Amino acid sequence: MNTPSLPDQSQTAAPPSLAQSAIQLIRSMPLLVRLCSLWIVVVLGIALLADFISPYSYSQLDLLARLRPPAFWGGSSDHWLGTDELGRDVLSRLFHSVRISLLVAFISTMLSATVGVLMGFAAAHFRGWVEQLVLTLVDFQASMPFMIIALAVLAFFGNTLVLFIALMGFYGWERSARIARGLTIAANEQGYASAVYDLGASPWRVYLRHILPNIASTLIVSVTLTFPEVILLESGLSFLGLGVQPPMTSLGNMVGYGREYLQSAPWILLAPSLFIVVTTFSVSMLGDWLRDLLDPTLN
Amino acid sequence: MMRFLVIRFLRGLLTLFLVLSFAFLILRSTGDPAMLIMSADAPPEALEAFRKGWGLDAPLWQQYVGYFKNLAQGNFGYSMRDKSPAMDLVLERIPATLSLALPAFALKLMMGISAGVYAALHRNTWIDRFLISLSIAGYTMPSFVLGLMLVLVFAVGLGWLPSGGDATWQHAILPVITLSLGGAAVLARFTRSAMLEVMGQSYIRTASAKGLVWRRVVLHHAMPNAAIPTLTVIGFMVGSLIAGAVVVESVFSWPGVGRLLVTSVANRDLAVVQSLLLLVATTMVSANLMVDILYGWIDPRVRSGQAGQGKKA
Repeated sequence: MNTPSLPDQSQTAAPPSLAQSAIQLIRSMPLLVRLCSLWIVVVLGIALLADFISPYSYSQLDLLARLRPPAFWGGSSDHWLGTDELGRDVLSRLFHSVRISLLVAFISTMLSATVGVLMGFAAAHFRGWVEQLVLTLVDFQASMPFMIIALAVLAFFGNTLVLFIALMGFYGWERSARIARGLTIAANEQGYASAVYDLGASPWRVYLRHILPNIASTLIVSVTLTFPEVILLESGLSFLGLGVQPPMTSLGNMVGYGREYLQSAPWILLAPSLFIVVTTFSVSMLGDWLRDLLDPTLN
Repeated sequence: MMRFLVIRFLRGLLTLFLVLSFAFLILRSTGDPAMLIMSADAPPEALEAFRKGWGLDAPLWQQYVGYFKNLAQGNFGYSMRDKSPAMDLVLERIPATLSLALPAFALKLMMGISAGVYAALHRNTWIDRFLISLSIAGYTMPSFVLGLMLVLVFAVGLGWLPSGGDATWQHAILPVITLSLGGAAVLARFTRSAMLEVMGQSYIRTASAKGLVWRRVVLHHAMPNAAIPTLTVIGFMVGSLIAGAVVVESVFSWPGVGRLLVTSVANRDLAVVQSLLLLVATTMVSANLMVDILYGWIDPRVRSGQAGQGKKA
C-alpha cells in the first residue's frame, strides 16, 4: 500500500459508524421487514423490562377476580388482558412468558451454534475418522424428528429448566456443523489461513480469530433460521406440558393451560398465541431477508 | 445404482441401530422404573420382584444384549401398565393416525405443489408475494395454535364441527386441515425455489424456443426436474408423520400413535416408548430409502451412477 492513497482512504473509505450503517441497513429494508424488525425490538424490550412494566406479579393470585375478560372485551381496566382461572393477570403473565420463551430460545440457539461450529471445526481440522464420525452424527440428527428425541429425553430425565435449555441447545446444531465444516475446509485452502499458520499462530487462534469472522455471516443467517424454530419447539413441548414447568410460565405453557378455558375464556390463550406467531414470523422474515442480502447465490 | 441402494440400506440399518441404542441407554439409565410404577412405599421385596420380573437387576450390558435378542425374535417387550405386548398397543393405534395422516398428506401435496409452481410461474407478481408471505405464515404458525384457532372459529364460534374426539368423520376435518396447512406451506416454498432454479436453465429456453406449447414445457420439462429437490422434502414429511401427529392428536384428543407417545412418555412406559421410537425410525429410514429409489426413477443420471454435480444424492 503506497502513501498517497492514505488521505484519500481516510475520507471516502472511512468505516461508517455503527449508527450510520444501522440506518443504512434499515433504509434498505422492505416495509414488511421493517415492521418485523420493529416487532422484534418491542418483544426484546418486553423481555428485558418485564419486571417493570408488568402491572402485577405474574404469579399473584386473585381468586375473587377469576376469568375476568380483557378491557376491550367488556372487562375493566384493572386487568387489560383479563385474568386466568386463578385470577392471575394475563398481561403480566404474558410479559414474563415472553421473557422465558426468548431466554430459552436465545440460550439454546447460542448453544446449538457453538456445538455445531465446534463440531464443524473439528471435522474440518482433523478430517479422517473424526470427520466421518461428525458426519454420521449429523446424518443421524437430521434423520430423526427432534420432537421425538426431545420427548424421550425430557420425560425420562425429569424436567428442570437447565436440562430443558441444554436439550433445546441440540436443536439445529447439525445445520451449523455442516456449514462450518464446508466453509472451513474451503477457508483452509485459501491463502489467509495458511499465512497465519506460517506466522506461528495456534490452530485455536486461526479458527477463532481468522476463520470464524470470515464464515460468520452465513452462520448468522442459519442461526436466524434456527431461532424461530426453537421458539416453536419450546412452545410445542410446553403446550404438551413437557416443557417449561409451572410456576414458571412460557408462551406455549400459557396456551396449554388456557386451552381448558377455550370456550369460556379464550383470551387466556389468544394473547400468547398471537405473540408466538408474530414473533416467529418476524424473525423468519428478517432471516430470509438477511439471507438474500448476504448470500446472493441463493436467489 | 444397486451399489448406491445397498449403501443407503446399510446406512438405514445403522440409523435404526443407533436409535435403538439411544432409546435403550436413555430409558434404562435414568432412574428406577420400579419406583415409578409401584408407589414409593411399596415393600422392598415387591420392588425386588418387579425388577427381577422385568430383568432390571441384570448388568446394563446384559440388558442391552437381551434387548436386541428379543427384538430379533419379534419381542418388543410388554407395557408395564397393563402387561400387554408393547408393539400391539402401538399397532392398534396406527389406523387412527393414518386416517388423519393420509388425507392430510394428499392435501399437503395438492396445495403445496400447486401453490409453489403457480408462484414460481408468476414470479414477482403480487400473487407470488402473497403466496410467499402466506407460506412463511403457515410455516411459522405452530400446529397447536392453528388447531386451537380452528376449534375456536369452527367449533366454539360457528358450531359447525366437533372440537375433539373421533366419533364421526366430521371429527377428522379440523385435525386434517391443521396437519396439512403447515406441511403445504413448507412444500410450497421448496417447490417454488426448485421451479425457479429450473426455469432459469437453458433447456427450458431451448424447449420454448423450438416452439413447444408452454404448458408442455412446464409439465414435461420443468416439473420433472424440479421434482428432485422437492422429493427430499416430501420424503422427510412421510418420515416425520408420527412426530407431526404428536401435537395435533393431543389438541384434538385423537386416539392415535402421537397421543400414545405423550402418555407413555409421561408414564415412563419403557417398552411402549421404545416400540414407538422404533416405529418412527423405521418410517424415517424407509421413507428416505424410497426417496432414493424414486430419484433413480425420475432421474436417469442417478440410475446409471453418474449423478450430476451439485445434486443431493
